[in-house]
Amino acid sequence: MDFLTVLQILDSTIRLATPLLFACLAGLFSERAGIFDIGLEGKMLAAAFFAGAIAYTSGSVWLGMLAAIAASVILSLIHGLASITFRGNQLISGVAINFLAAGLTVLIAQDWFRQGGRTPSLSGDARFNNIQLPFAETLEPVPVIGPIYAELISGHSFLVYVGLLSVPFTWWLLFRTRFGLRLRAVGENPAAVDTAGISVIRLRYIAVLICGILCGLAGAYLSTGLQAGFVKDMSAGRGFIALAALIFAKWRPWYALYATLLFGLLQAIAIRFQNVDIGTFTVPVQFMEALPYILTVVILAGFVGKAIPPRAGGEPYVKER
Amino acid sequence: MDVLPKWADVILIPLINLLLAFIISALVILAIGEDPVFALKTMIQGSLMSTYGWGYTLYYATNFMFTGLAVAVAFHARLFNIGGEGQATLGGLGVALICLSIPWPHWTIAIIAAMIGAAAFGAIWAAVPAYLQARRGSHIVITTIMFNYIAFSVLNYMLVNVLRPPGSQDPASARFPEGTNLPTFQEFFAQFGITAFRGAPVNVSFLLAVAACILVWLLIWRTRLGYEIRAFGHSESAAVYAGISPFRITVIAMIISGALAGMMAINNVMGEAERLVLNSVEGAGFIGIAVALMGRSHPFGVFLAALLFGFLFQGGAELGLWTNIPVQLIIVIQALVILFTGALDNMVRMPLERLFLRFRRVG
Repeated sequence: MDFLTVLQILDSTIRLATPLLFACLAGLFSERAGIFDIGLEGKMLAAAFFAGAIAYTSGSVWLGMLAAIAASVILSLIHGLASITFRGNQLISGVAINFLAAGLTVLIAQDWFRQGGRTPSLSGDARFNNIQLPFAETLEPVPVIGPIYAELISGHSFLVYVGLLSVPFTWWLLFRTRFGLRLRAVGENPAAVDTAGISVIRLRYIAVLICGILCGLAGAYLSTGLQAGFVKDMSAGRGFIALAALIFAKWRPWYALYATLLFGLLQAIAIRFQNVDIGTFTVPVQFMEALPYILTVVILAGFVGKAIPPRAGGEPYVKER
Repeated sequence: MDVLPKWADVILIPLINLLLAFIISALVILAIGEDPVFALKTMIQGSLMSTYGWGYTLYYATNFMFTGLAVAVAFHARLFNIGGEGQATLGGLGVALICLSIPWPHWTIAIIAAMIGAAAFGAIWAAVPAYLQARRGSHIVITTIMFNYIAFSVLNYMLVNVLRPPGSQDPASARFPEGTNLPTFQEFFAQFGITAFRGAPVNVSFLLAVAACILVWLLIWRTRLGYEIRAFGHSESAAVYAGISPFRITVIAMIISGALAGMMAINNVMGEAERLVLNSVEGAGFIGIAVALMGRSHPFGVFLAALLFGFLFQGGAELGLWTNIPVQLIIVIQALVILFTGALDNMVRMPLERLFLRFRRVG
């Protein structure tokens, strides 16, 4: 493997990690506030469809992105209604949202475009184009650093940079602001937050909303950045990989970046090489595909460091006892 | 504090939930410019008005009974088994390995071996997450989801690298030998000179599914183990105080659950496809969640809910054939049923409780 191949794999690692990162941070906000969300997958899928559909009909990727966020936020509010207001089972609600998105996207896509549950291909302004960072071309001839800057750091779409910047932002918001402190507290001990005179319900709804917005970005990137248009079931389990990354990252923003980059790398390798040769032994591609899930099971079982979720996660808050 | 009478809890609330799900589905059909009344007529025509339609309805219902019971048994121990899909996938692998291993002389012998294979593979796939939950504290929902994906990869690997016959491009196993083919309802009725269920895949496994419903009922309400499972589900600390081991119940409940989900493969792999293909489960593992919620985790409720979803599944396929409504409508209905019966249950329950309280005070 030469330097350029490595660079290309890392390049696609960043692109593949971006939707995972958005979804992972989305889950982070939600779960830190005590709302389990296994509906990340569905929200991402719905967002991907509306981003593709609206970007195609309007010709503007920005309108597509707004539509994606709107769709994802609506699903988030359904999840909030079920799990906060009506104190239902958050896991079941998440399952329902996944299926709702899987079914509705195909139904609407077929009704609007009649192409078997997909949107027409996007081009031009209907997609996020790659941004060339300054001096990328002038620096390219410089050995080692030049190609790294030009190939790896420069030349990604807008949302990739937004994703990378949202990691420090999330860290700052959660660990350096009053809002963040309260948000984390409501996921650990909502009764204490309530006693302090802060509305648990309001805080949890805000967390769920932020989760919706971030999932919207994840979906928008899938259909207008990573690929050119929406296809049926295009989220392909990414919501669950993001969930896995979240556990892997132990619900922390910076670790979330590393975990999603790792899972992105695994995907990039699985796409690039069908079977990985290690001397006499061949690793089948199916194993590479399953690796993120296997790793999550191992992490979750506490064999490599213990992952402890927010204490009040999954439990609806009942004020009066 | 039981405000609601039992009949309201078991019949009224599920019916209202179902009605809400259907109303919204009808609105969805209207929104995509189709006629919901015509859609309903098409669904009934295609799934209930001929023995052919019933043959498919019952075939799907067989799948959903197994997966619904699987989720229900786990629910009784307050465990949420989302892994039915993976367990049924592995069950299919078990069935295929058994069916292809020796030339079976007769289906009656083959089905017993295949049932053991299916149940064992499904049970193993559920036992690992159960063990991890009970001993290592990892969340069973997450682990079973992960195991679904791992199961797909295992199946994919086995089909491409091991079970695929030489010279074939298709990721599928060879056809099962003649001696493993299960008798269908069509063949059964043909013995008496009656032509019914022509071309429909419903087979003897339907009877096994009904038997499974009865056995699960006996298990949950008439045995010591069933009592322990329910006690553990109601209160873990009380169960521990009564000398019930949480580890033992978690693992056993999940083994039974996984075995039931795995047994679905008798129907779809051995009974219908007669070979193992990718994605043979077709989401039945997930529909089991809706079926168990709808049926209030009671085997008889699961039986009825499985019939309902069998009707929806076959009706949905007919919609795809005769109208412009894609078959994915059934996924939307399934999602709405899960949403209303499982997650938004209190939305119906709370006003209803208030209503009943008012009546009680007046009376």
